[in-house]
Amino acid sequence: MTRHLAGSRPSDILGFFCFGGSILSGGVAMASAMTRLGRRGIGSARWSSMAVAGQQSRASHSFTLPDLDYDYGELEPAISGEIMKLHHTKHHQTYITNFVKALEQLEQAEKDGNAEAIVKLQGAINFNGGGHVNHSIFWKNLAPSKSGGGEPPEGKLASAIKDEFGSLEKLIAKMNADGAALQGSGWVWLGLNKDLKQLAVQTTANQDPLASKGLVPLLGIDVWEHAYYLQYKNVKPDYLKNIWKVINWSDVSSRYEANL
Amino acid sequence: MSAVVAKFELPPLPYEMNALEPFMSKTTLEFHWGKHQRAYIDNLNKQISGTELESLKLEDIITKTYGGGNAQPAFNNAAQAWNHDFFFHSMTAKGGKAPSGDISGLINRDLGSYDNFVKEFKAAATTQFGSGWAWLSLKDGKLIVQKTANAVNPLVSGETPLLVLDVWEHAYYLDFQNRRPDYVETFLRELVNWDTVNARLETATAKL
Repeated sequence: MTRHLAGSRPSDILGFFCFGGSILSGGVAMASAMTRLGRRGIGSARWSSMAVAGQQSRASHSFTLPDLDYDYGELEPAISGEIMKLHHTKHHQTYITNFVKALEQLEQAEKDGNAEAIVKLQGAINFNGGGHVNHSIFWKNLAPSKSGGGEPPEGKLASAIKDEFGSLEKLIAKMNADGAALQGSGWVWLGLNKDLKQLAVQTTANQDPLASKGLVPLLGIDVWEHAYYLQYKNVKPDYLKNIWKVINWSDVSSRYEANL
Repeated sequence: MSAVVAKFELPPLPYEMNALEPFMSKTTLEFHWGKHQRAYIDNLNKQISGTELESLKLEDIITKTYGGGNAQPAFNNAAQAWNHDFFFHSMTAKGGKAPSGDISGLINRDLGSYDNFVKEFKAAATTQFGSGWAWLSLKDGKLIVQKTANAVNPLVSGETPLLVLDVWEHAYYLDFQNRRPDYVETFLRELVNWDTVNARLETATAKL
């Protein structure tokens, strides 16, 4: 199982090598990074956008698909390996590819002083960037049961859940009800109101980040149909019921404590 | 004694479940019609039972509950029930490609050419972020291509839809997974029921 270098994320590493470095060292760094990430599968579109990014000065073009901390099949039977692979290598990757493309177009529009184009690009930036942000959180929120997935929260988060919702079961019931009731595409979140130091359940539409509701995201459940359709078809409630078996409460706790 | 009010029924598909294969699978239609559309209708009936909406036509429920975007609960189920029936009838086996008949002339007049219609329709269908629909509609007597989110349809804006493509993921995920552009191209190339579009156009023009 691949692990990130301690304290750094792939996008940090690649961003460093892309920014201001020589093309040769950038290329070598990218090649080795590609090999390390290779077993997750790299789409050729990302390779070409990475090759371009290595020759540009903006580190913002170095957004890359983060590794999962587990293999695609390790969340079964809650979420199928088929879904995990598509969700990661196609859906999340496409958000990143289109985010990078939109940022490149934004840079050009800024150079051109084209205000109309700048405004027009915001939709694509928000949607695809939001997709990248949300999915990056989601992969960390999940873990195989052998790595602690499904084990209930402890410590400060557990107390906070009890205070706010009465019990973990009640929190789960609320998130499942709100997730099931969501019309169209979106997410159901456990978030933190930092000012009030209060937990809240909140849904967002499409790829709107939870920050747009003034909350810090702790746990997000993707209820876009692509997150469950191949396995659960129209029965979204079954997906919601089962996903709790692979929720990585340790990650959720870390986010909670980091934001208190 | 209370009046007997007819509930909405799930309209039958205008073809067999396997009729659109290999371009839209039998399994997709079994779920899309048999589960998704059926659920919208069942849930709509439950929602409107005992309310003033119960006696209205489906189109009237849609426009009444839309609320300018601040929709009442029944809007979603009513609009989705209508949208799906309109969608299934927008398709036929051995359909697609360039049309003949009156719609052809209007496409050239208002959208430039069939190729330009394809370009605009593909763009609308593939850039609808999240769930929604891509439409060919009449607006003030002119053809337009438009996209709507979630359950919204052109009826709420007083426009007349002629053709629709469902771009909710459930419409294409079993057959195309994430490849929405392939799904859209396949629909345009193989499935569009231009006879139905011409019939809808005729009805709309007769009303003008």
